[in-house]
Amino acid sequence: MFAYIVRRLLYAIPILLGTTFLLFLLFNVVPGDPALQLAGKHATPEVIATIRAELGLDKPWYGQYFDMLKQLVTLDFGRSYWTKQKITDMIWNGAGASFSLGFPAFVISTVISLILGLVIALYRGSRLDKTVVAFSVAAQSVSLLVYILAAQYVLAYKWSLFPISGYDPDMIQRWQYLVLPIMIFVFLSVAPELRFYRTIFLDELYQDYVRTARSKGLGMKAVLLRHVLKNAMIPILTNLVITIPFLILGSVLIESFFQIPGLGDLIVKAIANNDRPVLVSMTVLGTFAYIIFNLLSDILYALVDPRVQLK
Amino acid sequence: MKFLAKKVNGNSLWSDALRRLLNDPFATWSFVVIVIYVVTALLVRFNLVAGNWQETIGGSREAPDLAKSMLHWLGLDIFGRSVLLKTIQGAYTAMYVGLVSSLIAIPIGVVMGALAGYFGGWVDDLITWVSTTLSNIPEFLLLIAIALALGKGTTTVCIALGVTSWVGIARLIRAEFMKHKNREYVLAAQALGGGHMRRMIKHIFPNVLHIVIIGFSLRFVTGIKSEVILTYLGLGAEIGERSSWGIMIADATGELIQGVWWGLASATAAMFPIVLAFSLFSDALRDAIDPKLRT
Repeated sequence: MFAYIVRRLLYAIPILLGTTFLLFLLFNVVPGDPALQLAGKHATPEVIATIRAELGLDKPWYGQYFDMLKQLVTLDFGRSYWTKQKITDMIWNGAGASFSLGFPAFVISTVISLILGLVIALYRGSRLDKTVVAFSVAAQSVSLLVYILAAQYVLAYKWSLFPISGYDPDMIQRWQYLVLPIMIFVFLSVAPELRFYRTIFLDELYQDYVRTARSKGLGMKAVLLRHVLKNAMIPILTNLVITIPFLILGSVLIESFFQIPGLGDLIVKAIANNDRPVLVSMTVLGTFAYIIFNLLSDILYALVDPRVQLK
Repeated sequence: MKFLAKKVNGNSLWSDALRRLLNDPFATWSFVVIVIYVVTALLVRFNLVAGNWQETIGGSREAPDLAKSMLHWLGLDIFGRSVLLKTIQGAYTAMYVGLVSSLIAIPIGVVMGALAGYFGGWVDDLITWVSTTLSNIPEFLLLIAIALALGKGTTTVCIALGVTSWVGIARLIRAEFMKHKNREYVLAAQALGGGHMRRMIKHIFPNVLHIVIIGFSLRFVTGIKSEVILTYLGLGAEIGERSSWGIMIADATGELIQGVWWGLASATAAMFPIVLAFSLFSDALRDAIDPKLRT
């Protein structure tokens, strides 16, 4: 086991180098000199040269790439072009808001889709199964944007059930703003997750061990809880772990519509304002988080599934 | 008797798949919807329909009016342009993004997957490293990075979607090629003197073609849906060149509160059938041509 973890950790290094280098390449072909953008319209060449030196833009490409890696290791990403704040602080503040939105939505939608997925898998082919699957396919044929827009318009604007948008950093006050976004988040996640869980449960329900357990006289309930759920948990758990970085990243669209100052909102504003360092740091950090959680998911998989060969 | 003789020859996988699709009412109707959208997109492409979408034909944001000409049926936008024509234009943008992003993603995925699976060794290691690297960057962030690097516009959206999404199909194709390369029929082809290219293209490829077709169909839907979101984020089509459903939905963010609902409703109503049809058709296609799902 230990050897497996070490090997998997070592394998993450070339991946990390590859991803950061690819992002470095992409961000460095962005048209427009950041120094010119910062210096303003009437800058003298000396001022521009000073800014270039400050940003490290006068270094050769490997120097700049090394700077980017250093930023990731020290978690110091410099300052935003737009707000002039320290990016690390901006991310730290945004993560709190994103997490308050993402975590409850994640828990609720997982529970709902697991239960629904199990029930429709059990009654496979029944009218209930067909209706739920048809409904989720149809629901997914409408753009996410439409749901967010329509819910915001009808529930918050027309019926005034919720505040239209906004946020309060206070630990308790924030929830009045978050209820509607969380509901939308749950609704948007359940349709695809439901079908995913249904497939997993169906895979398990037709395995030989289920028939064996049934034929030795075990009730369906016991088989489900004691055997099927345990086995199905393997793919479910690993899938859930991979989703976690996306919670912190937040739902970009929901945050932007409801003006929740989370990380998704940060990204949307950075795109609109051409705020390169914020985009670079968010992308690099997001990728880093994704690699870590992928790693965790793999290790978890090896831990819970004895069939995974630990060569 | 002739009829009987034909029957004995048996059905090929493809004629059998076609028969299954035709027997499935969902698949047939989905296909009809897809054809209608493709034809619309072609008509728009050659300016036979909705070429004059930028003309002002009335007041700003006039509500839908069935009493007036057809162009007024879905209302007018802020510049007094027909929402009906904009919606039809949007069909072109959607189909274009769907098609081009799939045409980029699927061939890359197939070639990469085939090379990795067939040759193994360092080729496999290299390709696996590249694809793992790509798939380890959250797709949304990678899309932003590519869109920023290439500048905004519809072509960028296609390239960004294409480049980020070949990994899935490459994985499937790689696994299939690994499985097939040591099968008897491939070894037989080798014994008869067939080279690598011949074995890969002539012998193995037809056996994995169903994955390619299903992958293409699924990619198409994702392309259409992603176009809307990327456009909303300001990475997509520039206003002016072509209209798009994404622009119409993005415009609705400010318009809804003023009671202007027809732009959003038209774009949504236009998008729903094609996305639904493609999803249903992909499912039916999988059932019809994946031999492993045969019962």
